[in-house]
Amino acid sequence: MDYTQKVIDAFKSPKNMGEISDADAVGKVGNPVCGDLMWLYLKIRRNRDGRDYIYDVKAKTFGCVAAIATSSVMTELIKGKTIDEAEKIKKDDIIKVLGGLPEQKVHCSLLAIEALEDAIRKWKLENKKNIELNKKNKRAN
Amino acid sequence: MKAYLDNGATTMVDPDVVEVMMPYFSIKYGNAGSLHGLGKDAGDAVRKARATIAEAINADPDEIIFTSGGTESDNIALKEAAFANQGKGNHIITTKIEHPAVLETCRFLETMGFSVTYLDVDKEGFVDVEAFRRALRPETILASVMHANNEIGTIEPISEIGSICREKGIIFHTDAVQSFTKVPIDTKAMNIDLMSLSAHKIHGPKGTGALFVRKGTKLGTLMHGGGQEKRLRSGTENVPGIVGFAKAVEIAAKSHEHIARMTGLRDRLGSGLLAIPGSSLNGAEPESGKRLCNNINVSFKYVEGEAMLVHLDLAGVAVSTGSACSQKSLKPSHVLLAIGMARKDSHGTLRLTLSRFTTEEEVDYTVEALKGIVEKLREMSPLNKETIKGYDDIDLKKRGR
Repeated sequence: MDYTQKVIDAFKSPKNMGEISDADAVGKVGNPVCGDLMWLYLKIRRNRDGRDYIYDVKAKTFGCVAAIATSSVMTELIKGKTIDEAEKIKKDDIIKVLGGLPEQKVHCSLLAIEALEDAIRKWKLENKKNIELNKKNKRAN
Repeated sequence: MKAYLDNGATTMVDPDVVEVMMPYFSIKYGNAGSLHGLGKDAGDAVRKARATIAEAINADPDEIIFTSGGTESDNIALKEAAFANQGKGNHIITTKIEHPAVLETCRFLETMGFSVTYLDVDKEGFVDVEAFRRALRPETILASVMHANNEIGTIEPISEIGSICREKGIIFHTDAVQSFTKVPIDTKAMNIDLMSLSAHKIHGPKGTGALFVRKGTKLGTLMHGGGQEKRLRSGTENVPGIVGFAKAVEIAAKSHEHIARMTGLRDRLGSGLLAIPGSSLNGAEPESGKRLCNNINVSFKYVEGEAMLVHLDLAGVAVSTGSACSQKSLKPSHVLLAIGMARKDSHGTLRLTLSRFTTEEEVDYTVEALKGIVEKLREMSPLNKETIKGYDDIDLKKRGR
């Protein structure tokens, strides 16, 4: 497979691998039948401007070289970003950082994007629930 | 430290082979068909080579047709036997685990009006001789069953199949590219009519192979031209390649010691790898005597093959994998699927193939390297000790992409 040195480097020493035990959101995507699986852990905090941002990120990936390399790059791209910014990251942004991917491996980069989407979607859902809960609590008071 | 354990893909050309080839490039460079001295030298060399290879398989020298390799031999054998005998019938029997050179040729023949039966194999990769017998039809003209499988090393019962074919008057072809010089071959005792051989799997040069054609086997001509190789395969003979091929055969035939050595190293490698938790052997049991002396094929649960392969490569170890992610088609190995492996397990499969040059140090280094790699990959995989239970229940829905 014709991987760039950047892909090999990211694969060899992937960043932010592991779990966050008290994560605010966990994205779980993939399928062992297809041969890739990714769990993405996000710790989200609010910055001084009142915006929610990704304070910490960890990932666990089962998959090929491209899946692991793109997982690593994605975690690096989103760390410190606000949720709005993170949502704008596309697979092409990851591929660009890696200096390209072999054509048949481009789809592997979707794994990381889908994990991110899943985590953010779950976090928003949870967040909405909490807001409603807070409102209810206020009313009750 | 480096280790080359991909000898099923290709082998190092033996330096002694290179040495005998060299003069045929720029000193004895004649055309084997020319009438002058240089041509005669080349012709003599080809004749000698033919006799060496014939002797190794108990055949007559004029039953050896030199080709460009295993793929060409398979193509000539199947297409030319099928077309030349279509007056007798249009049915061909083969197996699901053949090399693509056979399978794709069979698929092509299907488009040309032939009907092909692809026999199943059992979980160790063996063809059932009785199933073969049941597949026979009055219009069966040709059967092709490989001698030993290139991925899992299973040695097929070709003697039994050969004698059935002889009894029924069916042409029997076997692809012996992987087994040649590793498993004894006797074309007469085994009732083989056509057999594909390759030089580069046995420390000979790439681009050279042979097709054994039993006398009296009706074949058409794939390559038309100057009428070389008994008019079956025109084209100026690849004299250096042919000379090198014969030298490789001669060296391999001289010593059976290397087979015992390879078997010992194979078993050392096998037990080392199988000591890694969550691993299992694919193909025939080594003790059965029905597995190639140089082949180990192992699946590791919860890790992906290409990732293991690239980590091994970075550590200086060359192997191959049956993982879909390593194929351009993104399809898992047809051999692994044919032995009944679940798709999700096929991803973590490695093939390691030895040669007579493989050392104990290479084997031990590979085992140690792979232990660490599997551990590292499992550590970063969501499928770890705690989640393994969930692995088998994971939603099998395909992701929409």
